[in-house]
Amino acid sequence: MNLILIVLLPLLMAVLPRLAGPRRRRLAAVLAACAPALSLALLLWHAPAVFDGSVVQAGGAWLPAIGLNLTFMLDGFGFLFALLILVIGLLVILYAHYYLSPEDDASRLLALLLLFMGSMLGVVLADNLLLLVVFWECTSLSSFLLIGFWRERSEARQGARMALTVTGAGGLALLAGVLLIGQICGSLELSEVLDQRELLQSHPLFPLALVLVLLGAFTKSAQFPFHFWLPHAMAAPTPVSAYLHSATMVKAGVFLLARMYPLLGGNDLWFLLVTGTGLVTLVLAAWVALFQQDLKGLLAYSTISHLGLITLLFGLDTPLAVVAGVFHIINHATFKASLFMAAGIIDHETGTRDLRRLNGLARFMPITATLVAVAAAAMAGVPLLNGFLSKEMMLAKTLAIDTGTWADWLVPAMATLAGAFAVAYSLRLVHDVFFNGEPVELVRKPHEPPRWMRVPVELLVVLCVLVGVFPNIVVAPLLDVAVAGVLLGNVPDYSVSLWHGFNLPLAMSALALLLGTLLYFGLQRGYNLHLYRDEGVSGKRLFDRLVETSVSAARLLTGLVQNGSLQRSLWMMLVVVLCAGALPFFQDGYSIGDELLLPSNAAAVALWFALIGATMATVVLHRRRLLSLLALGAAGLLVSLAFVLFSAPDLALTQLAVEVVTVVLLMVALRHLPASTPSEGSLPRHLRDALLALAAGAGMAALAYAALTRPLASISTYFLEHAVPKGGGSNVVNVILVDFRGFDTLVEILVLAVAGLVIQALLAGFVAPGPAQAADPQQARPLMLRALARLVLPFALAMSVYLFLRGHNQPGGGFVAGLVTAIALLVQYMAAGRDGVPGARRDGVPVRPMPAGEEGFDRWIAAGMFAAAVTGLGAMAIGYPFLTSSYAYFDLPLLGKVPLASAMFFDAGVYLTVVGSAMMMLASIGRVASGPAPAPARGEPPAAATAGASV
Amino acid sequence: MELLLASAIGILTTAGVWLLLRARTFPVMLGLTLISYAVNLFIFSMGKLAIGAPPVVREGVERYADPLPQALVLTAIVIAFGMTALLLALSVRMRHDSGTDHVDGDGAAR
Repeated sequence: MNLILIVLLPLLMAVLPRLAGPRRRRLAAVLAACAPALSLALLLWHAPAVFDGSVVQAGGAWLPAIGLNLTFMLDGFGFLFALLILVIGLLVILYAHYYLSPEDDASRLLALLLLFMGSMLGVVLADNLLLLVVFWECTSLSSFLLIGFWRERSEARQGARMALTVTGAGGLALLAGVLLIGQICGSLELSEVLDQRELLQSHPLFPLALVLVLLGAFTKSAQFPFHFWLPHAMAAPTPVSAYLHSATMVKAGVFLLARMYPLLGGNDLWFLLVTGTGLVTLVLAAWVALFQQDLKGLLAYSTISHLGLITLLFGLDTPLAVVAGVFHIINHATFKASLFMAAGIIDHETGTRDLRRLNGLARFMPITATLVAVAAAAMAGVPLLNGFLSKEMMLAKTLAIDTGTWADWLVPAMATLAGAFAVAYSLRLVHDVFFNGEPVELVRKPHEPPRWMRVPVELLVVLCVLVGVFPNIVVAPLLDVAVAGVLLGNVPDYSVSLWHGFNLPLAMSALALLLGTLLYFGLQRGYNLHLYRDEGVSGKRLFDRLVETSVSAARLLTGLVQNGSLQRSLWMMLVVVLCAGALPFFQDGYSIGDELLLPSNAAAVALWFALIGATMATVVLHRRRLLSLLALGAAGLLVSLAFVLFSAPDLALTQLAVEVVTVVLLMVALRHLPASTPSEGSLPRHLRDALLALAAGAGMAALAYAALTRPLASISTYFLEHAVPKGGGSNVVNVILVDFRGFDTLVEILVLAVAGLVIQALLAGFVAPGPAQAADPQQARPLMLRALARLVLPFALAMSVYLFLRGHNQPGGGFVAGLVTAIALLVQYMAAGRDGVPGARRDGVPVRPMPAGEEGFDRWIAAGMFAAAVTGLGAMAIGYPFLTSSYAYFDLPLLGKVPLASAMFFDAGVYLTVVGSAMMMLASIGRVASGPAPAPARGEPPAAATAGASV
Repeated sequence: MELLLASAIGILTTAGVWLLLRARTFPVMLGLTLISYAVNLFIFSMGKLAIGAPPVVREGVERYADPLPQALVLTAIVIAFGMTALLLALSVRMRHDSGTDHVDGDGAAR
């Protein structure tokens, strides 16, 4: 369990430095150090088990449906990486405390560093591959924030964006690769997948999976041709570079290579891709590093080159090469972190990183100079230092390549050449900065840094020497378990001792040292390196052009599909939907089932003709809006008759009520809309629309007919059987609504309530700039209607109560009752004219004081939602699932024996919400007042003042 | 009977889609309402047709219409109403804010 804590502690405790605030810097640093210290203690607590060769596992399911589990594993290799991350992390926190200037918000940097640290630990300790990818993306994101820490600098923002784009895209490729591996191997747990090499590699999709995973690794580890983001990431504060770009983030790529080696390695494609990429990166970056004028730029390119070296080693595909690769990971982390920190010290004390201005610093900072000299010597591969050992191993392994092709001699030759370049740029680093004349135009006189700022560098440099001199004592055990982790326990015989006798690798090392020294001093003499200016095609320029091109392509495509016209989007969308709908017809064919059909009767045929007639009338008359609306209302009533015919009384009632309310609403709205539709649109456009409409109609009819003529296997027998015993109601539709599927209904009335509130928000206080209504109040209120309305109201309300009460057993229920109540109130308003609408205004002034109880439909809605939700929660309170209903029978006067189910309260909530929402909609639209003269609308007849006058 | 219902669904859809593609808000609302009739009938038809068998449980009656599509359609009717009302409020507001009842607003009116 505490394995998870190792990862989670830095993530959770990332807030601690923020609590200290930007001022109390020392406190922030101490708080920030807590998490890595604790995690380190936990890690070391696991050390005995790891060194015994066992794999510690922890965690459990998270989202098992997609194979994402919160599982971690700690083996030797993970242990090595976690150790590097935590130890160097602690050193970096100490260093950052001294590095940052008082203006920088140290607490933010420390918090981000902890986030990054946790993500990185997640990558190296994750057992689940998806979890690994999640943490992998977390490192990309947190490194984006770290690189862009000085957000006011444009190069920091650009560098951060570039790093995020490249590594993030690589992460996506990795995700795809991991999913492929999961599909093929049937598991996403590393511990289960790693020994399925044969299964995976015999699969036809293996090359694709390999390339995708490699893309992830190469982008992260800045391998050619994705290397260009790393030099630009040097815009980050130096502690970040020392941490991310030497020891951790860029190592995630080679970590992945090593982790996946047992699964993906051992074939020609792996050898070709990994060795090839590594070799090109190794040589190219080493050469480019030599010509950098920025201290950190030189270190960045040398990092790329060393990562290329490690990649090359894993590509060589032999156990001994893996040993060399893992060894070099350790060594590179130590000397490169110390060099970055030293570069930061120089920057900090002189105010510049420009190699052309930094000269002869040895006199001012002799201790730093010594430290840099030792670390750079380790980087160059000078004997007695750690870099020499792993480089020697590397050279030996390149000699061991035996493919019978030109690769056998090319790889060792190139490796020696790259070694020479490394010597040259290491020499330049030391000679150019600390000797080679006098400093140029420094803003301040350089001196040694504060004592504790140098401590991390000293510790790391001492480590370089110790490993270099006593490898068997200092590093061999750790290397042993780490290699065992990578190679799943099959550790080859190897020796890390300093002296292997006079042999070819030693000669190559010596040659590299000699060539490198000659190259550097030759270049410096014959061709002043300070004069070199970087020109030609840079990765950054290509990257920028790529980004610009894709953005403009996206804009072009968007412009083609969406030019701002909704009408156009709509028909395009319809075309897509129609194509998607038509596809199965053509793929699987269309046939009609052979179920026995119901014979039609005269009533049905008459109904059909009436419905078709009303529909046609709606379309044909659509320019004359009021007539068209009446036809629509007729069609709606006929649909409700169809529900009567087909044994759906509840639907018929609801449809009828809704139809009335809808038609009234549309009529009210017509007052604010033109009375007729102008004739517009070309003939081809009409033809196109007609074609689309016919296709849609034909598809729907065909589907419905095919379904109606096939046997039905319904799940409804359950509802029919259990409605009475479990729901306490014999109207099954109502029991489904308030009981079996009560949660659906709860959400549905919520939708209705939201619609009502949105309408109110849209129209509240809105004064339409239309022509002032010809308002003769007497004319607007027909006497007959007023008289009738008063008579009808009590009956209508009684009717709705009746419908509500019987709803559980007979057709009826909250929805219908609510709509009937709404209609009853509506009739009142219609009779009273526009001024009868609650809150009506004329010229922005309330017509009459708002009578109590008329307004406040929002409270109806609130009460309704409350009742519905409380009924559900009540069931939970007595230990049943949400919205479980219970019931009992009661004897009521007049009504007789009435079952009172708790669902009744829920239905009451439905009722209140429906009344509140419907009335809120009507009132909002009804009270929209007309103001002063309108802006003349294009090609439109004046608003239909007469159409709505009676409303 | 099945053919009658299926063809009615088809004709309602055709009319609805055609109106939906018009350029002014009011016909669009009419079209949407017609489409909601069609879709409701379509969902309803998935439970097959039954005459004289409402899903209200009674002693000794074995045959009932399928209640599940009915429950689904009942809420669909109410939601369709809410949607129509919302669209209506939007079009009233838009008509006055942009000066036209063209669906594309004043910018794209042709």
